[in-house]
Amino acid sequence: MTATIAHDHAAVARPVSVARGYRFELVKLVSQWRIRVLVLACWIAPALFVAAVSQQSSLPVDTLFGRWMHATGWAGPLVMLGFAGTWALPLLTSVVAGDVFASEDRLGTWRHLLVAVRSPRRIFAAKALASLTVILLLVAGLAVSSAAGGIVAVGNQPLVGLDGHLLTPPDAAGRVLLAWVCVLAPTLALAAIGLLGSVALGRSPMGLLLPALVALALQLAQMLPLPVAVRLALPGYAFIAWNGLFTSPAQLGPLLIGIVVSLVWAVTATALAYLLFLRRDFTNLAYDGSERRAVTAGVLPLVGLVAVTVAVLAPATATTTGSGIEQDKVQRSVATAFAHLYRIQTKQLNRPDVTEAQLKATATCNKGGGTIAAEGPGNDWRCVVSWHLPDVEAAGTAIYQLDITADGRFVADGDGPKEVNGFFLVRTPTGDAPNPLWQFDGNVELLPTAPKG
Amino acid sequence: MDALLAIRARGITKCFGDVVALDGIDLDVAQGQVHGLVGPNGAGKTTLLGLMLGLAVADSGRLEILGTRVRRALAAPDGVAGFVDGPGLYPSLTARQNLAALAALRGRDARSAGIDDVLDQVGLTDVADDRAYGFSLGMRQRLGLAAALLAKPRLLVLDEPSNGLDPAGKRHVHGVLTRLAADGTSVVLSSHRMDDVEALCSEVTIVATGRVVFSGPLGKLAAENDELDYRLLTSDPQAARRLAVDTAGIGVVDDAGPRHQAEVLVVRALVPALDELVVRLVHADIAVRELAPVVSPLEAAFLALTEQQEAGR
Repeated sequence: MTATIAHDHAAVARPVSVARGYRFELVKLVSQWRIRVLVLACWIAPALFVAAVSQQSSLPVDTLFGRWMHATGWAGPLVMLGFAGTWALPLLTSVVAGDVFASEDRLGTWRHLLVAVRSPRRIFAAKALASLTVILLLVAGLAVSSAAGGIVAVGNQPLVGLDGHLLTPPDAAGRVLLAWVCVLAPTLALAAIGLLGSVALGRSPMGLLLPALVALALQLAQMLPLPVAVRLALPGYAFIAWNGLFTSPAQLGPLLIGIVVSLVWAVTATALAYLLFLRRDFTNLAYDGSERRAVTAGVLPLVGLVAVTVAVLAPATATTTGSGIEQDKVQRSVATAFAHLYRIQTKQLNRPDVTEAQLKATATCNKGGGTIAAEGPGNDWRCVVSWHLPDVEAAGTAIYQLDITADGRFVADGDGPKEVNGFFLVRTPTGDAPNPLWQFDGNVELLPTAPKG
Repeated sequence: MDALLAIRARGITKCFGDVVALDGIDLDVAQGQVHGLVGPNGAGKTTLLGLMLGLAVADSGRLEILGTRVRRALAAPDGVAGFVDGPGLYPSLTARQNLAALAALRGRDARSAGIDDVLDQVGLTDVADDRAYGFSLGMRQRLGLAAALLAKPRLLVLDEPSNGLDPAGKRHVHGVLTRLAADGTSVVLSSHRMDDVEALCSEVTIVATGRVVFSGPLGKLAAENDELDYRLLTSDPQAARRLAVDTAGIGVVDDAGPRHQAEVLVVRALVPALDELVVRLVHADIAVRELAPVVSPLEAAFLALTEQQEAGR
């Protein structure tokens, strides 16, 4: 006769709590030298970069707000934000989220972890939260460090917005912070794609590279002349749409759509990763990810999500034909920016102040010398800006050549008269200063807008 | 006879798709027993150990661990610890940090968890603050054992715990397992090293193609086994050969080794016949310098039983 052991406390062991699992995952992540190096780099390198670039005679004018790095410390974090959205954040999410599950495959520790935690659900939650924490730490480092570098090197000065209006330092600080918060949404979307790749592809390097590859594909898509609905339906659009925070009034429509789309992607990709993870057979020693399953349970649902999003957004963008870059919107943007910047130039030259209302600036723009439809991106836009000064009968005019990219951003390059926009520098009572009207950045809102007034 | 069982398995079956990994396994492991699980590659040992750890659940059959019936995956009762497929360590952490992280996972701080004690037990105190990245396979095995010991297990399940161990490491591990068993902890270990199994285990289960072909004490296994080959080294090999040929039940194996070992005689016999030969050698004033099985009884039984099973498929 036999009897099994009857212990008082032979009850089934309960799973480890998510909080403990989270701490365990954090310890593992932070112990990796590459994560430590990234954290240090994100908290130190941006400050050094912004401070160094701000002291250079040649500024990164191709990057949004780069031309203002001499003028205010708040331009630095925005330059860094543009760079981060293109390169840094996709790579950071790749290294952290793209490896958080795959590393267990590489180390052969899944069974050990399952025996210790006793719940795949909690393992998933702990890993997702730990990688999210590290990513937030890295993003915070980029933001704080670049802002600190800018403020220390240049100072807490007003920032010229994307439509030329001046933001006070507190307002600039608030909007810079808000812009960084906004890009958390597409960063989360990339992180979720990283989790999905890490779960679905196991040790395959494709899992690690997935967020970076997706981000690259999204950037390439944004450079194409896609319809607005498609552009906004892509999860990377919020990496661009934060620009709208720096106009007056703020172009919140595209930004909010971009954030919502990014968050929907983040939730969907995380849910797909979760389902794939729970369906995994951890007793199968030969398992090393399944590319077929990655396609059927990962890629196809996300492609479907794009299609659904386009269908949902199409009515909202129905009045825009194709690119969303239309003649009247270009004219309004150029005239508005010119009026704001003209006031700054007036102040620089110590002339009597004028208001935008007094200037009544208007712009007349065409594309391709008027031979083609004035619509869509291109570097063949030409605008003639007219304005009035109080007590002066004749209207002033100035010419600008515009290069408008598919995402609505433009650079207006002064083409005369030389007294207004012909020289890079203007002579002020305190010495030479950059001429705000020589060349300026602007933004055309891609969604339908009603003209002010 | 009453016996307290740490594991009681009846009719355990587990399939992976079309592959039958376990086919009606019955197994009893008593409290305080070191139980060996041996079998050829692919026999189902790791799957069976995985079921004991709760990594998977059987498709059919009844499995009781420490008196608790296990009905679903990851539901093994408290007190079960161990590893399959390697010890599962994080190379970026030191040995101590690996253990501290595991202890914290279980809600214990590093001091109360007894980390220093388990490191000492497995002989890793000197490298406690070295990263596991630089550890040899044997050191990793020992650290894996230390991690299992942290849980103060009443059932320890170990897959190939002797892999990569040097003699000193093996001594540490054997010492730990023997002490645990003496204190009432049951140990189930799989191994391809028959010397380890013979040194540690009081009972053994031989598995082949997902089925149990033998389960019981090692002595019973040896008794059930057929003739074994023995190496016999004497002071007079020629005379010893003549006596062996004349002894009933003794066969001389002629092709039993290289020429430079000509003084070694290999005989095939059951134990009673071998006893008779030894008596006759002594009476003939021939000194017996060495008498040992060419392969261990366990290994011989293992080979015989698994070959029979393969042939019967």
